[in-house]
Amino acid sequence: MSLDLFFQYLFAGITYGSIYAIVAIGFNIIYNATGIINFAQGEFVMLGGMISISLLQFMPLPYAIAGAVAITMAIGALIEILFIRWLDSPSVLRMIIITIGISILLRESALHIWGESIRSLPYFYGNEITTFSLGSVHLSPQVLWVITACAVMVCGLSVFFKGTPLGREMRACAANRTAAILCGINTRNMVTLSFMLSAGIGALAGCVMSPITYTQYDSGTSLAIKGFTVAILGGLGNSMAAVTAGILLGILEAFSVSVVPLAFQDAISITILLIILFIKPHGLFGSSEAARLKDF
Amino acid sequence: MKKGIKRIVLGSAVSCLLLVAPLHSALAGTIKVGAIFAVTGPASFLGGPEARSAEMVVEKINKAGGINGDTIELIIKDSAGSSEKAVSFAKQLIEEEKVVAIIGPSTSGESMAVKKIAEEGKTLLISCAAAEVIVDPVAGYVFKTPQKDSFAAQKIFEEMQRLKISTIAIAAGNDGFGKAGKDQLEKMAPAFGIKVAAAETYDSKATDLSALVAKLKADASIQAVINWSVVPAQAIIAKNMRQAGWQAPLFQSHGFGNIKYAEAAGAAAEGIIFPCGRLLIVDSLAANHPQKALLLQYKNEYEAKYKEDASAFGGYGFDAINMVVAAIKQGGNDRAKVRDAVEGLKNFTGVGGIFSFTPQDHNGLDIDSFAMLTVKDGKFVPYKGQ
Amino acid sequence: MKQRKNRALAALCLLVVCIHLVTVLTGSQYYLTQLTMAAYYGLVIIGLGTLMGYAGQISIGHAGFFAIGGYLSAALTTRNLASFQGDWPVRWLDALKMLKTTQDLSGDQLLTVAPWAACLCAVAAAALIALIIGIPVLKLKGHYLAMATLGFGTIIYRILLASPYFGEADGISEVPGFTLLPALGGLGPIMISGDADLRVLNYYLAWGVLIAGMVLLLNLIGARVGRALRSLHSSEDAAEACGIDTARFKLRVFVLSAVYAAIGGVLLTHFNGGIGPSEASVMKSVRYVALVAVGGMTHLWGTLLMGVGLTFLSLRGVFGTFDDAVFGMILILVMLFAPEGILSLRLKLVVQRIVQGVRS
Repeated sequence: MSLDLFFQYLFAGITYGSIYAIVAIGFNIIYNATGIINFAQGEFVMLGGMISISLLQFMPLPYAIAGAVAITMAIGALIEILFIRWLDSPSVLRMIIITIGISILLRESALHIWGESIRSLPYFYGNEITTFSLGSVHLSPQVLWVITACAVMVCGLSVFFKGTPLGREMRACAANRTAAILCGINTRNMVTLSFMLSAGIGALAGCVMSPITYTQYDSGTSLAIKGFTVAILGGLGNSMAAVTAGILLGILEAFSVSVVPLAFQDAISITILLIILFIKPHGLFGSSEAARLKDF
Repeated sequence: MKKGIKRIVLGSAVSCLLLVAPLHSALAGTIKVGAIFAVTGPASFLGGPEARSAEMVVEKINKAGGINGDTIELIIKDSAGSSEKAVSFAKQLIEEEKVVAIIGPSTSGESMAVKKIAEEGKTLLISCAAAEVIVDPVAGYVFKTPQKDSFAAQKIFEEMQRLKISTIAIAAGNDGFGKAGKDQLEKMAPAFGIKVAAAETYDSKATDLSALVAKLKADASIQAVINWSVVPAQAIIAKNMRQAGWQAPLFQSHGFGNIKYAEAAGAAAEGIIFPCGRLLIVDSLAANHPQKALLLQYKNEYEAKYKEDASAFGGYGFDAINMVVAAIKQGGNDRAKVRDAVEGLKNFTGVGGIFSFTPQDHNGLDIDSFAMLTVKDGKFVPYKGQ
Repeated sequence: MKQRKNRALAALCLLVVCIHLVTVLTGSQYYLTQLTMAAYYGLVIIGLGTLMGYAGQISIGHAGFFAIGGYLSAALTTRNLASFQGDWPVRWLDALKMLKTTQDLSGDQLLTVAPWAACLCAVAAAALIALIIGIPVLKLKGHYLAMATLGFGTIIYRILLASPYFGEADGISEVPGFTLLPALGGLGPIMISGDADLRVLNYYLAWGVLIAGMVLLLNLIGARVGRALRSLHSSEDAAEACGIDTARFKLRVFVLSAVYAAIGGVLLTHFNGGIGPSEASVMKSVRYVALVAVGGMTHLWGTLLMGVGLTFLSLRGVFGTFDDAVFGMILILVMLFAPEGILSLRLKLVVQRIVQGVRS
């Protein structure tokens, strides 16, 4: 393999990986606050893309994206209030089934609202073929937007959770719910807030990746599966680990093209997931103690 | 004890509800036509436009008074692309609804699953799926409207011969559409002296294909790429190729035939060459071209009614329902007569081409049904060769 | 206890015969086809119901086992071995009388595995895979278990979709009928196939298999094993404390449910004459889970009735383009209002719960 080809695979892998990572971050927020894996996270990503494309007809791009994020956050809050809020200590099984049901509903609603055609946002900078080159390797500027968004999210969340009072309240809620209630924190609202935050992050992810991947009513499903593969790979609840795991998985998939027929590419990520689950279920960078701590 | 009785009551209630024979008896003067389309699910890019086109035609006919006074009742069943549902619906339409003909299904897998059922049920089936095996070996009651993939392949290879291209790569989606195309391409390439250096199948829902493009580009012997898929992959691979700085000719399948797809690929779509029915270049057809009037009519009506661009896929369903309508005009509500009428159609103008069926040819199209198109300045224009 | 069970079984048999007679009287025998298909899906659902309800293990990948059974059986009975006739595996199969020679569509000799042998292979393969996968998977809990089963189902789907041997996206068609007993004397053959004249026979065969499967599961639940399983469902730690080998029981039930799914897959494939990759998709697995949930995870009868009933409605296309949406809605509503299943629903409690929720 020539050095050129190596770098091309590497950057292709970073492209995939950043997309997976950005979806995985959303999972971790809800998981930490509630212990729920939200199977509907992929639909938030899809909704962000779809809504922003619809809004684009009426307003310029930055406002359309902001609008989409806001609306998706509202949808996230609505879902939490309608379906999750009034369950008292539901079992894991029940929560999994409910979130799967929610994801199906969101997907079918998107089908009936927007139809089955694909859409996308325009490239933020340049068009479909602008690239800038590092040597002989070309990278689309949109990929940089995705990576930047990823980095901004991780940093922003870090600041939010460690620096702001609201963030600290959420962490308290995640660490020990009873103690948080005793401290006067409204844990129910914290759960709603975590859903809103996850939905907003998902929506932003959807907007940023839409020019690369296109958005369709069912693009949420496969993204969700990749997303929580990556989240589990990194260790549920740890966003930095999720990003690292995402990039690693993306690179692995890209390089696998050179040895394995492309048709089996998806099977590779699932196989890795299964191996990790069997050997080290708390993820590459996690441990059962870290999982108990549930730190963002 | 109570629980047992409760169950018996529940069971009987459920079964009574389920088994009440269809209360709507066939109204005098209604002819039922069945349709199995993948309106939702992974093949919705096919089934959605097909179902809408068929509904449009039937609505128009009924408004104009029906056929010889009879109204047509179009019963559309959504199979969501699954063959077991197609099987169930086929049996239901044939035995319960007693339709005179069935149009669809949308995918090859489903069509093969119901081929035998239609044949045994002696009901006309006009499939909207592309696989050659649907009409080869020929079954008396089974027809199909899409053009042969082998013709598309042939047209592409002929052009490649002209451009002196001898080594290519094939990339196809992992759905039925991609599989059918890849099979034909690989089968026919040797006859044109073209070597297939790489043939890869990717997930049709893939979000990015840069790794595949990198691998193909690294093979210096590859002079052109044929991609056989639908959106989004066909736009993604075009973008990835041009982003990688690879200017090799990119040929696509007739699945590229919708201006929205060219828009989706944007600047990367320039110069893509693909075979397609003439729907997309109807404006540049000569005024006396036999298909022009029908194509314009279909395009304008579809776009006016559904506010979306007409595509060749919808055309499959449009042609199928029109054939059934023409057959009903001849044979009435009789299944055997309707079948014979369809088989007897000659020079039937459709969106996909001009159909002439024979007992051995239940596809009825020849290679002339395809024209070569390319994209220039974001618009489809006839390909005049470079 | 046993009396109640026998009475319920008798009631079901009676219902099956009654439905047949009703269809004869109203001339609507076409319903029997879809009831037959629904019965085979019902087999998968009661197997899954036992796993989820009595062993407490969620599986969002059970369509994978159904597909393993169906696809292996289909592939073995349609793929031509004529070119391998000299090789020892083929000669060995021939010696065991597992092969069948017919003519294919173009008149050439078609050498395939006989359906009964293919069925055995397929179900055995499913059981083996369940055993191998089950040991590591069942050690996981909660979300990790769900993800692992989802992963398993997805891998099976991907393998089936990518392999030319399994027909890739088109699936496998032209699957022959499954002859259980050849034609004897004046009686016709007992065969699982989609032929119109064998419809009534297949109806009774399907329901016979389903009822037999039900009897087996009910006996299992009633016996010591079943009591052990139910204790697992309520508290695994307590069960362990009582000396029950929870791991062994869970694995056994997992393999049993996989076998049920595989048998359903094999028989339905021969009935339909084909199978497609949609049978292994995640949506199918989710659908099975939805049906188990709505029936009530610890109520096998509820699971059976609701499972067969809703599958029948779905096969008739009653839900139109909202098919998936309906199952999604069912999932949500059942989990919110009736986690113990619809049959346990008491309207008063539901209203109480809604009021409680609104107030808080």
